[in-house]
Amino acid sequence: MSEEEWTAVRLSLLVAVTATAASLPPGIAIAWLLARRRFWGKGLLDTAVHLPLIMPPVVTGFLLLILFGRHGPIGAFLDQAFGIVFAFRWTGAALACAVMGFPLMVRAIRLSIEAVDTRLEAAAGTLGANPPWVFVTITLPLCLPGIIAGAILSFAKSMGEFGATITFVSNIPGETQTLPSAIYTFTQVPGGDAGALRLTAVSIAISMAALLGSELLARRIGARHVAA
Amino acid sequence: MSLDIDIEHARGAFRLAARFTSQPGVTALFGRSGSGKSSLVDIVAGLIRPQRGKVVVEGQTLVDTARGVYIPRHRRRIGYVFQDSRLFPHLSVRQNLLYGRWFSRGEDGAAGDFGAIVDLLGIAALTERRPDSLSGGERQRVAIGRALLAHPRLLLMDEPLASLDEARRAEILPYIERLRDVAGVPILYVSHSVAEVARLATTVVILSEGKVTAVGPVLDILPLADASDGGSALEAVVACHDEEFQLTTLASAAGELQVPKLAAVVGSTVRAYIRSRDVMLSLQPPQEISALNVLAGKVSMISEGGAQADVRLDCNGATLMARLTAKSVRRLALAPGRPVFAVIKSVSFERS
Repeated sequence: MSEEEWTAVRLSLLVAVTATAASLPPGIAIAWLLARRRFWGKGLLDTAVHLPLIMPPVVTGFLLLILFGRHGPIGAFLDQAFGIVFAFRWTGAALACAVMGFPLMVRAIRLSIEAVDTRLEAAAGTLGANPPWVFVTITLPLCLPGIIAGAILSFAKSMGEFGATITFVSNIPGETQTLPSAIYTFTQVPGGDAGALRLTAVSIAISMAALLGSELLARRIGARHVAA
Repeated sequence: MSLDIDIEHARGAFRLAARFTSQPGVTALFGRSGSGKSSLVDIVAGLIRPQRGKVVVEGQTLVDTARGVYIPRHRRRIGYVFQDSRLFPHLSVRQNLLYGRWFSRGEDGAAGDFGAIVDLLGIAALTERRPDSLSGGERQRVAIGRALLAHPRLLLMDEPLASLDEARRAEILPYIERLRDVAGVPILYVSHSVAEVARLATTVVILSEGKVTAVGPVLDILPLADASDGGSALEAVVACHDEEFQLTTLASAAGELQVPKLAAVVGSTVRAYIRSRDVMLSLQPPQEISALNVLAGKVSMISEGGAQADVRLDCNGATLMARLTAKSVRRLALAPGRPVFAVIKSVSFERS
């Protein structure tokens, strides 16, 4: 594989890991809100979280460009206040991937939080644990399999994200050219099939490894819960 | 303990309006299912916020809606043993036991001695196991230990034996008795079993359709309980043992009782529990009859309900309950004041 191809693979991994890690805390928080709280605007929040799943990726990418571009309302603010720039940077690719994977992650975590018995949480409360400690010591460990599943879904989505990423941050080799963009580029040039095929093989290998890893992890946690 | 409760709480059509003060020891909250027992205990524990009223435990006000006081559950230091044990499945037995102790660190007094409580409950061999590998009885004992190790000032037990079979109940009851006698933690014990209440309780609170209908010492209140396994309890002293027939003679206010030999020393006090349906009444002193125990008394009250009637007897100051058919009541022309003889078919015993 060429240096350029390796760059695309490394960049894709960096983008996917960053997107997954950065969306976990808000993902868990929103999943918990949707699973356990009743508040005004809950339906609205639920819909907003699911939007990237139903909208065309290109539309999501374009909206990100409008909002987080250098001159967009959020993008301009972040640039001036913190010097954070998303437009045409790998961080922008990570943002696009995080947004696209968010509904999948929240859904998996929400289902697993809903499956945690609230009576166990009440019991922990009577033993002196305040609500944050109940969450950390009871809710979180019991919904860990769902959190892992959500993270894997988000990671897999990030590895494959194309439409929103290319619309938002374009296809700059070494900066925003992820695996799918690189494969797409190869298919656009004569004789690029071999390169596209090599990257496809790498892509399949990474997906399989992620799936296997999550299976192993889930099995270990499952064993810890069931075994004597 | 001094537990002072005066609360009102409505949920749907059900209205709970309970008010009572309890004495030290085990207070039994007794009533049929749906009478509001569990809601009342949940209010004391802080799992339900009452709409109006006060809850005071040992002088500390936990809830007072008039003054806007509401202490959240994690700062009440009230241990709760649930009917369904609620052990944390992702933690070992040891971690379950130590869960509450971790949060009560820095509180006044030692946070319970792990070894002593584990020995008291007979769970030392289980500490490295997972909750789902335990039997129902073991699980309840661990749940009791977990609540105790959080160093509670009051222990709530909501039908801790209800989900267990007879053998498992018999396995756990002695541990709860030891808890009452050794650990000295005041207990609010919810049950709909008269036998359990007779065995454990010091004070009984009877709850019916959300209201407290009677409060008082167990011997006085138990005969009022309306339950299928209802009956009465008698305090008695072991008078002597008969080796030949393997019998023990007991002396009670109501008279002498002969029962299968007890493993209790002469002079010790026991609490005999006699179920209403094990008592027959006769107008004449029965002769040549197999039952060993016949007590003389007077009818003090008759409450009829359909085909059955509960007859309350005054046997020299002690109360004895008999359950007869309405037909028998008519046939014997039973009425308050009438002298009768009670034939007791069986007696169950608990050390008190």
